[in-house]
Amino acid sequence: MKRVVITGAGTINAIGHNVAETLESFREGRCGIAELDVRDSERLSVTIGAQVKNFSSEGLFNRQQMVLYDRFTMFALIAAREAIGQSGLEFSGELAAKTGAVLGNSGGGMTTLDENYRSVYEDGKNRVHPFVVPKLMNNAAASHVSMEFNLKGPTFTVSSACASSNHAMSQAFQMVRTGMSPVMITGGSESMLCFGGVKAWEGLRVMSKDGCRPFSANRNGMVQGEGAGVFVFEELEHAQKRGAEILAEVIGFAMTSDASDIVMPSKQGAARAISGAIQDARLNPSDVGYINAHGTGTAANDKTESAAVADAFGRHADTLMISSTKSMHGHLIGGTGAVELLACIMAVRDGIIAPTISYEEPDPECALDVVPNEAREAKVEVALSNAFAFGGLNAVLALRRFA
Amino acid sequence: MTKSALKVAQGDGVMTDIKDKVIAIIAEQAVLEPADVSMDNTLEDVGIDSLGLVECIFAIEEAFDIQVPFNANEPNQSDFDISTIASIIAGVEKLVAEQHA
Repeated sequence: MKRVVITGAGTINAIGHNVAETLESFREGRCGIAELDVRDSERLSVTIGAQVKNFSSEGLFNRQQMVLYDRFTMFALIAAREAIGQSGLEFSGELAAKTGAVLGNSGGGMTTLDENYRSVYEDGKNRVHPFVVPKLMNNAAASHVSMEFNLKGPTFTVSSACASSNHAMSQAFQMVRTGMSPVMITGGSESMLCFGGVKAWEGLRVMSKDGCRPFSANRNGMVQGEGAGVFVFEELEHAQKRGAEILAEVIGFAMTSDASDIVMPSKQGAARAISGAIQDARLNPSDVGYINAHGTGTAANDKTESAAVADAFGRHADTLMISSTKSMHGHLIGGTGAVELLACIMAVRDGIIAPTISYEEPDPECALDVVPNEAREAKVEVALSNAFAFGGLNAVLALRRFA
Repeated sequence: MTKSALKVAQGDGVMTDIKDKVIAIIAEQAVLEPADVSMDNTLEDVGIDSLGLVECIFAIEEAFDIQVPFNANEPNQSDFDISTIASIIAGVEKLVAEQHA
C-alpha cells in the first residue's frame, strides 16, 4: 500500500475565492449566508443562501468557454487551477496517462436546466442552445478539468447527494493508495442556487429561512451554499522526489449505507462509517482530535450525528472537537465534503480549529465540544471529515498531520 | 385557486367539506379507508412518518390553495398543530378562513 498525501488545494465558495481567503474566514468565523440574489426570488419562501459573490467569469474564461460551461463547471475549474498550480505538477507522458479527475457533484448544471426550462415552458420557445446537454451533464466539470490539464487517466463524476465529494475523494484515495495512479485530482463542485434549485429544496421543508445554526438547540434547518473544492492527491514518494510541499496525509476512509430511509439519517450507518475510517487508518479512536461534522443544522442530522460520534468514540467523544463549517459556507451538497476538507487540513497543519458559528443555545442532544463561535488553537494529529447523504449514504475520510 | 378548492372554500357546509377532504388526504397517504381514520388519531397511529407528513401538507396546500406554515425541523413550533387528525383539521379550517377571507 502506498502512502497518499495532499500536494495542492483549491476552492471557491461563499467565504473565499481561494484557499487563503477561505482559511482566513474560518479563522475569523465569517458567515457567507445572505439574501439570495436570484431571479424570481419573490416567489421563493426560502430567500437566504451562501452564494459566491462578486464572481465574474470575465478574464477567467474565454468567450467559447463561457457559453460551454455551467457555473458548477466554472467553479470546479477555478478550484482545480489553484490546486494544480500549488502542486507544481504538469501532466504529460506517463503521468498524464495515469492521472485522472474524480469529482463529486449532485445536481449537474442546474442553472442551465433552470434557464432552458424557462425558455421552453415559460417563454414557449421551441429552440434551445446546442450546448444545453454538454453544459448540464454531471460529468461536465470532471471532463473539462481533464481537458484543461491533459489528464488522461480514470476520470468520472460521483453522485451521492451530500456525500458526493467524500465518495469521490475516497475513490481517488484508493486509486493512489493501491498504486493505480501516482496522482489524482479530486474534490467536487455544486451550483444549485437558482430559482428551480431552491424551489425544489423548499418542498422538503428542511430549509431554514433565517440562518444555519448547527448543533444549537434553536437550529431550524439547512442553508444551501455553492462552490467547489479540488485537491491533488499524490503518492508520497512521487511527491517527495520532486520536493513538493505536503499539506496533509490522507490515511483512511470508509463508506456505508444505512439501507433504511431515503431522507432520515441513521445513527448506526453514520457510526459504522466513522469507526470504519478509524480502522482503515489503523488508528485508535482516541487518536482523533477533530471532526469536521456533516452538521447540516437540521433537527434530525445534528442529533443523529452527535449520537453516532458518541457511539463511535465512547468517552473520547467528550474530549474531541467537532465543528460544522456549514454555518459559514452553507451546504454545498455535492461539493460540500471538498470545501470542508480544507478545515481538516487547517486543523492538522496549522493547529487551528474552524468554529461552528451562529451557535446560540446548547442542545442536550448535541452535547459535544462543537467549538462554538470562535476558532481555537489546538494541536491535532488526526482529523475526520464526515458526510452523510440523503439516501442513507455515508463517507468519512481521515487526514493526519504530515511531519 | 383550483376548482375543487374553490368549491370547498365557498360552498355550503364548508367545514364538513374541509374535514372530509383532509381525512381523505390523510387516509390516502396512510393507505386506509377514510372511515378508519378517527379524529383523535395521531399521524403515528395511522402510520404516517415524517416524509408522509410533508406529502400530506403538500396535498392539503394544493387542495385548499393555502400556505401551511410548517418546518420539519421544528414541527411543534409552528401554529399549525399536527398532534392529532382533529388538530390538523382545525388548523386547515383556520388557514382557509384567514387566507380566503
